[in-house]
Amino acid sequence: MTEPDRAARRDGGAAHRASADRAMNGDGGTAAGRAAAAQAVAATAVDAYPRIVAALIRITGDWTLAEDSAQEALARALTRWPVEGVPANPGGWLMTVARNRVLDVLRRAEVERRKLRELAVLALTAATTEPAEEVVDDRLRLIFTCCHPALALEARVALTLRTICAVPTADIARVFLVSESTMTRRLTRAKTKIADARIPYRVPRGAALTERLPGVLAVLYLLFTQGYDADGEPAFAEEAIRLARLLVRLMPDQSEAVALLALFLLQHSRHAARRDTNGDLVPLDRQDRSRWDQVTIAEGVRLLGRLSHSGPYAWQARIAACHATAARAEETDWRRIAECYDQLIRLQPTPVVALNRAVAHGYASGPAAGLALLAEARTGGALDAYPLALAVEADLVARQGDRERAAALFREAAARTPGDAERRALLDRAGPG
Amino acid sequence: MKYMMLVCTDVEPDPDHENYPDVEAWVAQNDAAGRRLQGAQLAPASAATTVRVRNGQLLVSDGPFAEVKEMIVGFDLLECADLDEAIEVARAHPMAWAGRIEIRPFADVDQ
Repeated sequence: MTEPDRAARRDGGAAHRASADRAMNGDGGTAAGRAAAAQAVAATAVDAYPRIVAALIRITGDWTLAEDSAQEALARALTRWPVEGVPANPGGWLMTVARNRVLDVLRRAEVERRKLRELAVLALTAATTEPAEEVVDDRLRLIFTCCHPALALEARVALTLRTICAVPTADIARVFLVSESTMTRRLTRAKTKIADARIPYRVPRGAALTERLPGVLAVLYLLFTQGYDADGEPAFAEEAIRLARLLVRLMPDQSEAVALLALFLLQHSRHAARRDTNGDLVPLDRQDRSRWDQVTIAEGVRLLGRLSHSGPYAWQARIAACHATAARAEETDWRRIAECYDQLIRLQPTPVVALNRAVAHGYASGPAAGLALLAEARTGGALDAYPLALAVEADLVARQGDRERAAALFREAAARTPGDAERRALLDRAGPG
Repeated sequence: MKYMMLVCTDVEPDPDHENYPDVEAWVAQNDAAGRRLQGAQLAPASAATTVRVRNGQLLVSDGPFAEVKEMIVGFDLLECADLDEAIEVARAHPMAWAGRIEIRPFADVDQ
């Protein structure tokens, strides 16, 4: 990624990075004017881009045409706005330019009159500053289509990043550890399947919505953790938060969507304190809590008050809130956290939840209780693939006073951990030896 | 849109036999709705014969073309508005519980 790209991402998130590059090298306006215009484009694009793509996909059914046209509109804004000034309704301007490009392409292809008529109607709705209800729905439709269970999970994440967040294919490819051409093929295959199998462009209703929403939330969750992991792409966490906000705005009655946003915010509030100056991960209990973002924490806690029903994300968010609201590590309400895990494991009986439950009870009721639950969680080799289980055991054993065995376990955990930062943190805890 | 529903066995069926939907009700309902155009149960894979022609020569062999644990035991040809409708039809078939079902759209030959 180039430096202006990073700047665009920090300032406005989803602006189209290639267009930003083009604008930097363009010849319109002064340097300051160009920078201001680029910032205006970036800020507008965050909201306008998915709106435009979603509306154009609905009408044309052509994903590539919709994306290309929306990106073309952003590129044109970057050359025109520095010279002509930022228009009064930047989102409407972008929609009009994108729609005109679609019309050009379609006219050349001589498609049916019906599509052209719909576009003419769209031009009228785009001209008003308030987005029409139908246009808002389009983005939701797009999210549900990108996250359809008939697509492979990785394809869902990649398609969401590309189509809704406008993340360049090269950036997505890097995070998934594949070449750009492989990622391009994967995205093309997903779009082809949407067309060939006729995956509908629709938000499911009633019972179908209850079935499908967890899948959408799972994609967002994966996106967030992808950005949150030690070697991940930090901007993805912000994209996940932005998408979760959008979902909550569009489906305010879906408790689990609200809980997921709360969880993201509470986790993300710590991002400035998660690494030391060497870039190594700092464990929760040693983080400088003055660097936690209190505004974000307050928003997360406020969202928790809105929940009408408690699903897995609600319990996870409550756990995150217990950590986020403890002024010092020693003041953490481990008893409450342990209770939350007792609830969570009933809804989500996974090895990782069982492991974290052991940790919580280890702090709430002492290391012996933690070790007992850890042994239970390990039944049938369920945690053999998790080096973290060794680290947890090491911590519990250390608190029982057996430093030597603890150090050996920490070293074993480190040897099995792939991430550099995590490995260094574990070796650090093993101490010299 | 036409979908071919390939009905297969599975090594791990849903253990709750009591809850399997009734196949005759499924057929009647989807025939009446015009969603099921055709369908049949097939004889076991032991009755299958595979035919190939290579260099103009006929090669006939015993058994299905792929030796897998899951076997195709029937098919239904569906007419559905989109994939979500086809998924809803497939989930209500007892073999979605007792086996597995592949839904494959017909290729769009006009494109």
